[in-house]
Amino acid sequence: MNPAVDEKSPGLNQYPIAPLYYLETLWFQVAGTLCNLLCSHCLVSANPTNRTHLMMTLEEVKRYLAESARLGVREYYFTGGEPFMNREILPILEETLKYGPANVLTNGTFIDDRLAARLKVLYDASRYSLELRISLDGTTEETNDPIRGVGSFKRILRGIQCLAKVGINPVITVTEAAPELGGLGKTGREQFYELIRSLGLRQPRMKVLSLFHIGEEESRSCGYKKNETLLGMHLTEDDLLKLQCTSSRMVTHEGAYVCPILVNDPGARMGDDIQSTLVPFRLDRGACYTCYEFGVTCRT
Amino acid sequence: MVTAETKMPAALRLESTFKKVGLLGGVYNNHVALEKACQMALSRGCETLFCLGDLGGFGPHPNKVFPILHKYRVQCIQGNYEESLIKRLADCGCGYTHPKDNYYAALSYDYTNSRLSDENRALLATFPQQLQFKLGSLVVHLCHGSPRRVNEFLWETTTADAFVSREVEKLEADILCCTHSGLHWKREVSPGKWIVNVGVLGRPANDGHTNVWYTELAPGGAQPSIEFVPVEYDWKKLVAEMQDEKLPAEFMETISSGWWTTCLEILPGKERMRGRF
Repeated sequence: MNPAVDEKSPGLNQYPIAPLYYLETLWFQVAGTLCNLLCSHCLVSANPTNRTHLMMTLEEVKRYLAESARLGVREYYFTGGEPFMNREILPILEETLKYGPANVLTNGTFIDDRLAARLKVLYDASRYSLELRISLDGTTEETNDPIRGVGSFKRILRGIQCLAKVGINPVITVTEAAPELGGLGKTGREQFYELIRSLGLRQPRMKVLSLFHIGEEESRSCGYKKNETLLGMHLTEDDLLKLQCTSSRMVTHEGAYVCPILVNDPGARMGDDIQSTLVPFRLDRGACYTCYEFGVTCRT
Repeated sequence: MVTAETKMPAALRLESTFKKVGLLGGVYNNHVALEKACQMALSRGCETLFCLGDLGGFGPHPNKVFPILHKYRVQCIQGNYEESLIKRLADCGCGYTHPKDNYYAALSYDYTNSRLSDENRALLATFPQQLQFKLGSLVVHLCHGSPRRVNEFLWETTTADAFVSREVEKLEADILCCTHSGLHWKREVSPGKWIVNVGVLGRPANDGHTNVWYTELAPGGAQPSIEFVPVEYDWKKLVAEMQDEKLPAEFMETISSGWWTTCLEILPGKERMRGRF
């Protein structure tokens, strides 16, 4: 737990406190920490054998959806690991779309014509939005595959094309690890837009994510430096409102957490249900610094 | 928990009860459409008119909307534009998250911010943040983005019914009305409880038509009467003024084509795919 006020360690009280102003977004770690890829920057260190967080079941998701509706949640996000490794993901999405919009953060490698067609059925049947967010970290095999794994570039592109064919326009998520974004600025972004257009999407959509120096990325970038901290800082209400932990929470098979970033941090576990997360959180993690400094939100 | 209730600005509650009202969304300096919409709404039996904020941005001559609002006695609430202009903030606070959207939002805001008179800027500060009134036996609540955040985008496909139901329950209202996103829509979220995004007068609804939209609200019978009204106006006059003011060509293209050309990245997937760009 991360009590807002710590009487045993007064030094911790010098960190800003993030209240939960309202619960707008609920995240599901639907695939736990299991993933078919082993990306070098994965902030939750997901891989084919990591069972720190197990897959969520349809029944678990239903329970959280019912609780979330009572709390007035506006939208839902699904991540992992790789969500499409969860055998119940389609019924889970179908159930979720009865409650509100669903966003799936995927590596896209499981999306073939058959899965794309099934997603399109869900997409068309709901009044709500079903967004697919596909991760890509380069515009070529040479730049993407060293980060996301050998052969991943071709499989990711196939996934995007399959969605494009059925009329779903995914958001391509690129981290700042992508070599094209380093130093090239707009030109680098334009390379991604050109690639996405070439895959059949006339309205290319892209989201760039800052890197968190935790999980696999910690060993790649040597973690957070001593001065990368919110210790002693005063955050205004406007500052706080930009932090996703003031309006969202994460649930996994293992319980409810403060945000999608800190699921491997035992101190970020807030309880067994959403209700128990409706309390403030002390911003004493390195990742909190990234969220504040770079205005990061994992939302689309 | 610090709750949404503590964040929610107090709403001005009007004593009057109305039978039919006109609700005008973001004007974005489109004084030509504003004048036309006011004329139409009054001629169609609206007793009074409300504007849900964002008078400035996008279009030309930010001071031109004020005499029209005064002439037709339009009661306004603050949008994010008003909040920023009152405080002389560096940006419009629209809530965009993508650099492409923010680029055009900055051009738009800087134009309005640099040309708005002190007198009109002071007037903005007199607008309430939210407003509530009775329509027959129904309680109508007006906000700009959402009751909890002035720059929250309430799109048709990304706004869960449970969220709206909870908001109207807290507000003790029957109909929640907003604007900000630029696209009009309505839905009954639970029996007798409605959300209405009233649309905007400032630019077309990204549908390939040059008209803009406002909303008329009346108690109706079993259900409230919620009518979206298309406003055909002299958009060529507006474009000529935009040209004279050297506003971005992309803005003029939107007015003359009916398709959004900027601030597209904020659109959810389904809404985006309905547009051309």
